[in-house]
Amino acid sequence: MNRIDFLLNGAPVSLNAPPATRTLLDWLREDRGLTGTKEGCNEGDCGACTVMVTGRDGTPRALNACILFLPQLHGKAVRTVEGLTGPKGQLHPVQQAMIDHHGSQCGFCTPGFVMAMATAHLNGARDHDDQLAGNLCRCTGYAPIIRAGRAAADAPVPDWIRDAPPEGAPAQNPALPESSDDLAAWCEANPDGVLIGGATDVGLWVTKGLRDLGPVAFLNRVGDLKRIDIGKDEIRIGASVTLSDLMTAMAPLYTSFAELLRRFGSVQVRNAATIGGNIANGSPIGDSPPALIALGAVLHLRKGRTRRAIPLEDFFIDYGKQDRAPGEFIEFVSIPRGPDILRCYKLSKRFDQDISAVCGCFNFTVAGGGVTGARIAFGGMAGIPKRATRTEQALIGQPWTKETIEAAKAGIGRDFTPLSDMRASAGYRLHAAENMLVRCFEESRGAPVDVLAVRP
Amino acid sequence: MSVARPLPHDAARLHVTGEARYADDIPVPRDTLHLAFGLSACAHGRITGLDLDPVRGAEGVVAVLTAPDLPAANDVSPSAHDEPLLAEGVVHYVGQPVFLVVAVSHLAARRAARLGRIEYEQRRGVFAYEDALAANARFEDGPRIFAKGDAAGEIGRAPHMIEGTIDIGGQEHFYLEGQVALALPQEGGDMVIHASTQHPSEIQHKVADALGAPMHAVRVETRRLGGGFGGKESQCNAPACAVAVAARLTGRPCKIRYDRDDDMIITGKRHDFRISYRAGVDDAGRIRGIEFRHLTRGGWSQDLTLPVADRAMLHADNAYHLPHVRIESHRLRTNTQSATAFRGFGGPQGMLGIERVMDHIAARLGRDPLEVRRANFYAEGQTTPYHQTITSFPLREIVERLETTSDYRRRRADIRAWNAENPILKRGIALTPVKFGISFTLTHLNQAGALVHVYRDGSVHMNHGGTEMGQGLFQKVAQVAAQRFGIPVEMVKITATDTAKVPNTSATAASSGSDLNGMAVGIACDAIRARMAAHVAERHQTDAGEVRFAEGRVRAGGADYAFAEVADIAWQARIGLSATGFYKTPGIEWDRIAGRGRPFHYFAYGAAVSEVVIDTLTGENRILRADILHDAGASLNPAIDIGQVEGGFVQGAGWLTTEELVWDDKGVLRTHAPSTYKIPACSDRPDVFNVALWGVPNPATTIGRSKAVGEPPLMLGISVLMAISDAIAACGTGVRYVALDAPATPERVLAAVDRQREDGGAA
Repeated sequence: MNRIDFLLNGAPVSLNAPPATRTLLDWLREDRGLTGTKEGCNEGDCGACTVMVTGRDGTPRALNACILFLPQLHGKAVRTVEGLTGPKGQLHPVQQAMIDHHGSQCGFCTPGFVMAMATAHLNGARDHDDQLAGNLCRCTGYAPIIRAGRAAADAPVPDWIRDAPPEGAPAQNPALPESSDDLAAWCEANPDGVLIGGATDVGLWVTKGLRDLGPVAFLNRVGDLKRIDIGKDEIRIGASVTLSDLMTAMAPLYTSFAELLRRFGSVQVRNAATIGGNIANGSPIGDSPPALIALGAVLHLRKGRTRRAIPLEDFFIDYGKQDRAPGEFIEFVSIPRGPDILRCYKLSKRFDQDISAVCGCFNFTVAGGGVTGARIAFGGMAGIPKRATRTEQALIGQPWTKETIEAAKAGIGRDFTPLSDMRASAGYRLHAAENMLVRCFEESRGAPVDVLAVRP
Repeated sequence: MSVARPLPHDAARLHVTGEARYADDIPVPRDTLHLAFGLSACAHGRITGLDLDPVRGAEGVVAVLTAPDLPAANDVSPSAHDEPLLAEGVVHYVGQPVFLVVAVSHLAARRAARLGRIEYEQRRGVFAYEDALAANARFEDGPRIFAKGDAAGEIGRAPHMIEGTIDIGGQEHFYLEGQVALALPQEGGDMVIHASTQHPSEIQHKVADALGAPMHAVRVETRRLGGGFGGKESQCNAPACAVAVAARLTGRPCKIRYDRDDDMIITGKRHDFRISYRAGVDDAGRIRGIEFRHLTRGGWSQDLTLPVADRAMLHADNAYHLPHVRIESHRLRTNTQSATAFRGFGGPQGMLGIERVMDHIAARLGRDPLEVRRANFYAEGQTTPYHQTITSFPLREIVERLETTSDYRRRRADIRAWNAENPILKRGIALTPVKFGISFTLTHLNQAGALVHVYRDGSVHMNHGGTEMGQGLFQKVAQVAAQRFGIPVEMVKITATDTAKVPNTSATAASSGSDLNGMAVGIACDAIRARMAAHVAERHQTDAGEVRFAEGRVRAGGADYAFAEVADIAWQARIGLSATGFYKTPGIEWDRIAGRGRPFHYFAYGAAVSEVVIDTLTGENRILRADILHDAGASLNPAIDIGQVEGGFVQGAGWLTTEELVWDDKGVLRTHAPSTYKIPACSDRPDVFNVALWGVPNPATTIGRSKAVGEPPLMLGISVLMAISDAIAACGTGVRYVALDAPATPERVLAAVDRQREDGGAA
């Protein structure tokens, strides 16, 4: 009972009831003396603690060890930088390339980089900028690191880093439910318990808030909540689906949503974070709710055997307040199938791994030169992710013209009274949100509107 | 030859395998205690109540210390003795350490530190420049003024006058390894400190004072830092004194590692500046006379604010001859973190002031900014505002070469055409130069020591006062040592900086590391080599000058020894194979009050062309391409130097674009974690990034005729801000100057775009 079994650099580890919120990073450094994995920020933003974790599906994933709790590792294989070199001390190709291309200066971020690079290398990923967006380096300016990543891309994967996770029986641990029925039972028994999806948010309650969470359950083994079902009329996304898996699923269906998700956190964050968590935490600046709301998403909640479905926008009542009863949990979110017309715009100080100052999502149907449907939702503009209903009304039934857009801009100020904070002023938020309407219109006419698409 | 070779960083293999040991990775004795500071939540106030019982009662707490508990000096200031380790009655900023928790674990200490109940009698906080000026809250009795000629008169007589102001934000260092220190108590009250510091001697000094002990009782060791950038020049004093004091009081080893949020809340950052200017220019854009007024917020304690503000003044000219000039500098005291050293040390801010002026002149006169810059370049023989004569000025050639290799002219024309066709996105391009003065402006700091041993087997142990923080100093200096002995660099053991080996060192700062320590090591090696050579010469009846050390061999008079053989022979002949080396920079003198002298041994130069694109609907912007030509003299290691240039450029670009420090009206830093403070990420580097070294040997006498390269490249990032300014200008009619402040966040860029468009300018 309550045992956590996993592989560490190929060797089995069995922990007897470790504290549920002890992080892998602290355990590696303090209990195991494996100090190659570094603490840079202790909140999943710098990647210095990146490790490779292989789950039951056999796919290795880069994760931030600083916000990864030990119970999340049950049945998985963990590889740290100490396990990256071969049994005779042979360097992994990314390690050799990092030396050859002068990819380390102070070296503190380097173990995290090489683990992210080795994971990408193992997966055959060559979009180096995206693969390394979650790893900060203050010394090199990244250029030599990318040169190293490119240089190592064609080298064969060394056999010593391929992990098969332990076969592992189902967790005999009530905090690690294996099905949504188990989870429903746990939630009923612990109505004030905390559900932990990927711990990319809850992790900070512990590492920064220093909170005692009370009873917790981890959702990462709830198999039936990890499914994405793409039907003819509807897409169902289980609450435990990671943002990485969601991004892959959305890429052929809603390209702009997938691009928004590309800028959601980082590889390490998306590999852990779940869609259910991003919704349930009720953050006004979570990036998936505005897109989902604009797509007409419906949220499916369950308590015991009772299920209900509500429009996603109705889930968010007020800042910090959601329509979720004690003991109730999100099972899945569904969106209707439709044409790929959704446009998502994320505004932040930095393009990658930054929290939105404003996230605007626009789902316009234009037929016969007129607007026949409009669903607009924003993050960062109110205490909750919120629809721009007055703006929508100003558009529906109008001709799809610049004049209509200019007139509709005024709706934004009636829909929202944003706040000023360290990300942006209220004035900028309003103004940029209005301008997003213009961008949407100009983009529909084929004008270049995306600085990320410009090449030197 | 081991110098000039592009060898990897000495610890590259240790970095990539995770074996490289940082201060927090050192195995500690089992009874080690862990520390955390309890912080002030008030920006300015008198402490009227301090209830630490909940802290003492928290799980795992061994001791809680406040100022009266300290055994000796309560002072971690590097300068004016105005910075207590723990607050004494009055707090001066949100984040100031008030009490110190000593506990059995890092987590226990952090948890307990939040349980202190502190009551304050609030006093008025001084935050804004205007408030500080009005309150006369400053670090010197009045402004410092450097002047040459008759600035006001020339401005009045010039055909054109421009004036303006630029606000320049500060910058968080965001070294990836936070502040960390470990104290190991020794017999007889001695203390060994392992610290992540750029200045072990300062730690030794401050810890000795904190313990009431002589400096010989404290030994400080630093193998490497996980980044410093100036943030571990003085800001590491507090954690080191904390562990030393706690270790003294508990008799147990003590360690502190700041959590990232604590680190950002407690420690100082780059100084922000407000620079106002008034310049008289002729029709060609040449400056006849100019006045600058620098305001800088130094935070609550003096720290290094005076030399930082001095260096800003010393770079108010950058690469331009200012025949009549007056620079007035106000060093303001505010209730915020104590601003501190940061790569460039005020130079970047001063330089940005004059680059803004160049941009403004070009806009006003409708001239190409590059031509305006050229028209103002120094000629050899002219003097700086501080009366140092410019004896060598390669920038004309550097800029000419870069203009060609970057295809600046054609691209500038192409961008004009592209902008005409694109109503929403606009591109911009700019070329800016860098001239950066090398030497500590506090002249006596320009000294360094080294200790070199040659063992009987020919292996070499090298030590010097510099610290390795990623800049590749250790490898460069090892290359110097290897060259002097004519041996492969692998035979030179690089060892941790240690105050017991080389005493009384200066901080590894001011880009001086290789210049000073390379020379000191070279001198030590030469002393040993001379003894070896004399012995070999005597054996073979030849001149010592005829003895050659190369390729791992020692050859003289037909004899040919392995270096190791000579080491052994010399040992048997009872010849000392250990030497110290000492170096001081020649020919510098400086009167900072008069603003007159020769503060710099030489200047390092460089230039960058940056191209950017902006979105005029949102203000989003990014760098498309950067071309850089940088002067590292005869590089000791071109790979390491190019690494400094690439990294410095991106760090400088980050300072001026994505990195924004935000305090609220209560003086609380709102950007205290990487979630809210955004240093450049991978994709923020330029898509096309061409970096080359100029390669002409330094005319000044330096180690191998190389040039210092740590700080100067940061200022190449100024080209990014100027390129954004150029892109914004494409939205207007040219009537109104863009006047873009830094950092150029999307919000600032959009506001500047809107100002351009208010004039009914082109879409």
